[in-house]
Amino acid sequence: MSQRVATTSAAPSTGKRTLTLAQSQSRFAWILLIPTIGVVLMVGLFPLAQTFYFSLTDARLASSREVNFVGLQNYLYLLQDQQFFRTVGNTVFFTVVTVGFEFALGLLIALVINSNFRGRGLMRTSILIPWAIPTVVSAQMWKWMYHDIYGVINDLLVNQFGIFNQNVAFLATNTTVSLFAIAAVDIWKTTPFVALLLLAGLQVIPGDVYEAADVDGANKIQQFFAITLPLLMPAILVTLIFRTLDSLRVFDVFYVMLGNRRDTQTMAIYAQQSLVNFSDLGYGSTISIAIFLIIALFVVIYVTFLKIEDA
Amino acid sequence: MRSTLMGMLLVMSMILAACGGAAPAPAPAAPAAPESPASGAVGVTTTDIDGISSDITDPPAVFNAEAASQYAGTTLRFYGDAVGLGSDMDKAMAAKFSEETGINVEVLPRPQDATEFYAQIQRFFQAQSTETDVLMMDVIWPGAFAPHLYDVSSIFAEEAQLHYPGIVENNTVDGKLTALPWFGDFGMLFYRTDLLAEYGFDAPPTTWDELEAIATAVQEGERAKGNPNFVGFVWQGAAYEGLTCNLLEWFYSQDGGTFLQDGAVTINNPQAVEALERAAGWVGGISPSGVVSYREEDARNVFQGGNAMFMRNWPYAYSAGNTDDSPIKGVFDVAPLPVTDPGSPAGTVGGWQLAISTYSQNKDAAVEFVRYATSPQMQKWRALVGTFVPTIPIVSEDAEVLEAMPFLQNLSPVVRVTRPSRETGELYNEASTIIFQSANEALLGSTTAADALAQAEQQLQRLVR
Repeated sequence: MSQRVATTSAAPSTGKRTLTLAQSQSRFAWILLIPTIGVVLMVGLFPLAQTFYFSLTDARLASSREVNFVGLQNYLYLLQDQQFFRTVGNTVFFTVVTVGFEFALGLLIALVINSNFRGRGLMRTSILIPWAIPTVVSAQMWKWMYHDIYGVINDLLVNQFGIFNQNVAFLATNTTVSLFAIAAVDIWKTTPFVALLLLAGLQVIPGDVYEAADVDGANKIQQFFAITLPLLMPAILVTLIFRTLDSLRVFDVFYVMLGNRRDTQTMAIYAQQSLVNFSDLGYGSTISIAIFLIIALFVVIYVTFLKIEDA
Repeated sequence: MRSTLMGMLLVMSMILAACGGAAPAPAPAAPAAPESPASGAVGVTTTDIDGISSDITDPPAVFNAEAASQYAGTTLRFYGDAVGLGSDMDKAMAAKFSEETGINVEVLPRPQDATEFYAQIQRFFQAQSTETDVLMMDVIWPGAFAPHLYDVSSIFAEEAQLHYPGIVENNTVDGKLTALPWFGDFGMLFYRTDLLAEYGFDAPPTTWDELEAIATAVQEGERAKGNPNFVGFVWQGAAYEGLTCNLLEWFYSQDGGTFLQDGAVTINNPQAVEALERAAGWVGGISPSGVVSYREEDARNVFQGGNAMFMRNWPYAYSAGNTDDSPIKGVFDVAPLPVTDPGSPAGTVGGWQLAISTYSQNKDAAVEFVRYATSPQMQKWRALVGTFVPTIPIVSEDAEVLEAMPFLQNLSPVVRVTRPSRETGELYNEASTIIFQSANEALLGSTTAADALAQAEQQLQRLVR
């Protein structure tokens, strides 16, 4: 009897097992995902949580002072910190300028090197050179080129082409000129990378659609807007998101070329100044969290307005 | 490169009225006679510095080898210079010490950038790491790191007296001597001897007014002769530690104080405002407008390229300017930076100390190593081989040293001024950032000198209160 009971009770459970084949597969999938999730938690979420925790304290690095919990005090201070908002302004300005130019120039270059010509492979590789040079090195190189006494750019503009009649101090005239001078370096450096990403997108567009368009009598411009651009959208989105996030975190090129000038600080330099130079772990973490939120905001904007999933 | 380091992360503490280089050849009165004959003094520093080699492969004998050899077999980790001559010399010194004492010394290359190095030391101390025993310490760091540094006040009481008092005072935090000076640069005025004579001046300027007059005359003359890029005076105006050093010299030499004094913020005073206004007036005049983005090497490249009459820089520019491929080889010299009465000629002290980590497991061996490394003999060897500026007067005044570094002769009146790093302790970087950012804004012309200093005063007061 009892055995029978056991059997009957086993029956539904057997039934359940059969029912949950899909479920057991999904459970298996979860098991496979555990290492990945663990790593993400460890390198992503844990530092973020820790940074958030520090942002609620007045901790200092290597200090003998006691660490106090100060609640939202750092955040209240941040909201009144005009210098922080100036750094946000500088960074967003820099991002808009560089991403805009890099995208336009990169697309142009991608379209050119997507066409068939001799030495195409070599060309594609060699345009990556600026991107392959470490930023600190190329920034220092540009700093020399921009120099107001012995810089090659001034030599070209003044002595060779006579565009200006005296040397210009690109990095020291005013905030706007300095920001554009730096943006030019970033554009020079990263346009090839953008071009390459877009080129990858161009290459997966099948040739027969263009043939069909030719048969239908569409001209090249129509083809570009009706075929190339829509089909390139996924690559464009990835590129824009990539570059925007990168630009918002810009640090090295500013640090090398302008030092710690107040009027041209970026968000990342401001955070580094608090965290590393001032050892102010509490406020530095607060700034970092704010940067995280600003970057997250940009991602949300991209994803919603550009409908990344549809693309 | 040394220059860059010193320029970088430091800041100031008090004014030291240490006497500078010293009179030329007539050997100065040496301090108290050495208490033991030249050879085997045991663990005691002697002041006998004759017969030191100028060969990098031949560091001075380890005079304290006997005292040190009781710790034979231990291993010391020493954070020394990472690149160039400094690194080779550190290795030679460590090898010599190991050979004669049986103590192994491992020379770890430090991050070349002082800011990086600072951050790294901070992490070490945060973790109470026993990984390092002896560390190089920038002149502006003792205030910040004092709690983590071994107190050598009584151990090195005698040795400390050999050095310029200002630097020792800088390294003494709340009565605790945290480090012994190793080498100590200071700011100086470089000038072109050929142009000075050509334009009819007999001597380098001693006042800022004179400097402006000479710079203007030479700049106009050279531009008329066809070099439109010639400028009168280059210095370090970028927003970084080096500007704090320049500013301190301008202020101190024009009776404008040293930013902070005895815990009070003194940065905003009429003389200081005037000094900063004067400097802002140079930009676009006798100095190129790009000078507000210059660091040491930018200034040196302009000067060494033959495009400037005057330059403010560290001693490294002297040897760099006298290399064989230098266009200005032999046609420049150095002088103390000018003054405005009643100020006195000032040179901001840069340079490095040797300190022992309080977390070291081998403090006794480390003490002997530091005793050897900072000794008069070693400083003379370093001066002869690598033109590292001594921090010990009897070494600076030594005839052979003066032959290797003739510029030290002209600089005896210079007051070695230190940035207020002791006063600000672990907040020094913040204080210096406030100072150089504010000054940079005034130099850029985005605000007036008076407003910039008033703002700096307010921010500093909030910081140190």
